[in-house]
Amino acid sequence: MADLKENLALLKAACDNPKARLDYYLAQGKKVVGCFPPYTPEELVHASGMIPMGLWGGQVEPKLAKSYLPAFACPIMQSDMEFGLNGTYEGLSAVIIPAICDTLRCMTQNWRFGVKSIPMIPIVYPQNRKSPASVDYLISEFETVLTMLTTITGNMMNEAALCRSINIYNEHNAIMRRFAQVANDHLDVITPKVRHAVFKSAFFYEKGEHTAIVREIVEELEKLPVCHWTGPKVVLAGITCEPDQILDILSENQVAVVADDLAQESRQYRADTPEKGGGGLKRLALQWNERYGCSLIHELGKPRGAMLVKMCQETGAQGVISCMMKFCDPEEYDQPWYENDLHDAGYHTVAVSIDQQVGSFEQIRTRIQSFCEML
Amino acid sequence: MSEPVANVEAPAAPAPKPKRPKPKSMIMIGEQTAALFENARLAKERGEKVGWSASIFPQEIAETLGLNVLYPENHAAGIAARHQADPFLQECEGALGYSNDLCAYAKLNLAYAAVLNGESEVELPDGGKMVKPDFLLLTNNICNQLTKWYENLARQLDIPVFFIDTCYNPFDYVTETRVRYVRAQIDQLIKDLCAFTGKTWDDERFKKIMEISQRNSYLWERANGLLDHKPAPIGGFELFNYMSAMVCNRGKESTTAIMEQLNAEMEESIRKGTSTFPVEQEYRVSWDGIACWPFLSHNLRTLKKYGINMVASSYGKAWAINYEDLDGMARAYCFASTNGDNLTTMLSRRLEALRQFDCDGTIYHVNRSCKVMDCQMMEVQRQLSELAGVPFTSFDGDQADYRNYSEAQFETRIQGLVEVMKQNKEAKNNG
Repeated sequence: MADLKENLALLKAACDNPKARLDYYLAQGKKVVGCFPPYTPEELVHASGMIPMGLWGGQVEPKLAKSYLPAFACPIMQSDMEFGLNGTYEGLSAVIIPAICDTLRCMTQNWRFGVKSIPMIPIVYPQNRKSPASVDYLISEFETVLTMLTTITGNMMNEAALCRSINIYNEHNAIMRRFAQVANDHLDVITPKVRHAVFKSAFFYEKGEHTAIVREIVEELEKLPVCHWTGPKVVLAGITCEPDQILDILSENQVAVVADDLAQESRQYRADTPEKGGGGLKRLALQWNERYGCSLIHELGKPRGAMLVKMCQETGAQGVISCMMKFCDPEEYDQPWYENDLHDAGYHTVAVSIDQQVGSFEQIRTRIQSFCEML
Repeated sequence: MSEPVANVEAPAAPAPKPKRPKPKSMIMIGEQTAALFENARLAKERGEKVGWSASIFPQEIAETLGLNVLYPENHAAGIAARHQADPFLQECEGALGYSNDLCAYAKLNLAYAAVLNGESEVELPDGGKMVKPDFLLLTNNICNQLTKWYENLARQLDIPVFFIDTCYNPFDYVTETRVRYVRAQIDQLIKDLCAFTGKTWDDERFKKIMEISQRNSYLWERANGLLDHKPAPIGGFELFNYMSAMVCNRGKESTTAIMEQLNAEMEESIRKGTSTFPVEQEYRVSWDGIACWPFLSHNLRTLKKYGINMVASSYGKAWAINYEDLDGMARAYCFASTNGDNLTTMLSRRLEALRQFDCDGTIYHVNRSCKVMDCQMMEVQRQLSELAGVPFTSFDGDQADYRNYSEAQFETRIQGLVEVMKQNKEAKNNG
């Protein structure tokens, strides 16, 4: 069993060099399928004996991608397109792209024609989840994904394998939620950057392996004395809070992250796949209906504000940082509403602009400093 | 205007002609639009429920129930075209806290709704004819922003949304499972709308409305098709004026009358060999994307200068929706807007249009409001230009935000396109 430091370093290394993780699995003779943000049916890839790997872009200047996307497209999609075109993602057997926002609709087609060496598998999640017919529809989408996976990779899954994979994913959800809780008693060790690495690294590991590492981390943390954090505590909301330099600015200001509503982090783990209710595919479809509090999933009543207020109450956070992914219209529609709800409940908010291609962090530093003074 | 970069001399502008009288069809459409808003106002006065609807919602359902429904996208386009958008955009990005990045139709409408809701004090240039809604009718076949926009309206105004999720089509056809999903939603919508409004569903009336809608779609497509004559009987931009009939009144007999009149006027021009396009039609182009409403007259003036008539548009034909029953309706609404279709479908529709209308070029509107149009446009441009052998140009603009357009850029880009079209024409004439 590795110690706490070693495990945290391992996960950080995976985030710093996802390509090494891809190469590691390829060297083992595994096939790897790239999974675009924010949601894909990873369980289907896993049950087919392959490794699902998250594709959340990175710090790269778009050059080739400029021939496909305008400057005002999502920075993650710009990076993903660049990595697809410049060969960084070579080795993937396929990519799955969920057409969940307007830019991702287009990405299915840009990838299809731009990166012909890596086949594209589209999935369109239903948004009218109140309609009972949405479940059958989503099952059929899963079946299309499976057919394409089988055709492209030759790997097939069966019901028993799917049930095993669902269990592995539910266990992973549970350990990630547990980690988020335990981390709050050890904010001296689990700095914003460390917390982020534990969450993000999940995209670069087979989930059973990741569960084992995070479980060890949790167990080691529980042995440590509780740290009574005296600095400001915040919740992060948005798609991602990257790159690390932003999280370093939080640490410089003694700000601790005690919860998040980030698509790249806790949103992934809020809803388990139900243990009963039908075969594996149906249960996965039912999990989609359980997901909540995400700008990319239609819900009435703008519930994120109330959810964030509750998160602040439960964790003792004094405020929320809106991590506004540049040009992300789903988040932009939510932001005024959840910020107003938070203000009404007496919580502070600050918005910072998230851009994977950002060069200078001075503006963000100033905003965070002012925010801390307010807190 | 900046220095020309292309070696094309603009012909001298023709002497101003006396203003021609409005054709009868245009007078009819003005009356229809006025009636739409007036009927909604009267319904509201009577205590009936009035709705706001996404522009490619299956409106035949609301029409069958006799509901009064208004169309925010259409209304926002009108405000933008009349250069009245600024205070709404400022209010939305200021007091309401929304990002500048969002769709300008949405920004205009959210600010307008805030005024109706007593939260903002922007003066309504139309006196508030877009009456406050009691319910919303939503489809996402155009884009996903509509889903978010209507979520926000629903919370802002505390009213229900009746939603038909049509699902993007990554394949070249609408999968049968999509049809089943959408059909189930349509069936539920009918029940829910009846329960909410107290109206009763009448199958016979629905059949009648479907027939009217089909006739209107046919006539609209026919009118669009008449632009394949040389010279085209009208300026293509003029068809934009008739879109409100198809967007807002697709299931009404008044639209049939307008469309029949429009067809008759166009046929009359074809018979006489005349055209309402005021200069000789040197070039025929297709227009890709929503109209740049705040600068429509500048667009037209610039095109006219070079004798360019826009004879084909991917935009207007989105409302030519053909089907025969509820299953067909489900399929048709999934496939209506090219925004909901994959690239190969977009290409085949555009290629067909370029050939049918014998276009010399394509103009792409990089509409800052509309990521779903812009984010795959470059690949469409490359492939379509190669397939059709037709040059293209693009310009930066916006469907409703006047801040995202440069007259100089538009003029320069059109000049460049004309240079290539001219060379192509000369090469063709020289064999």
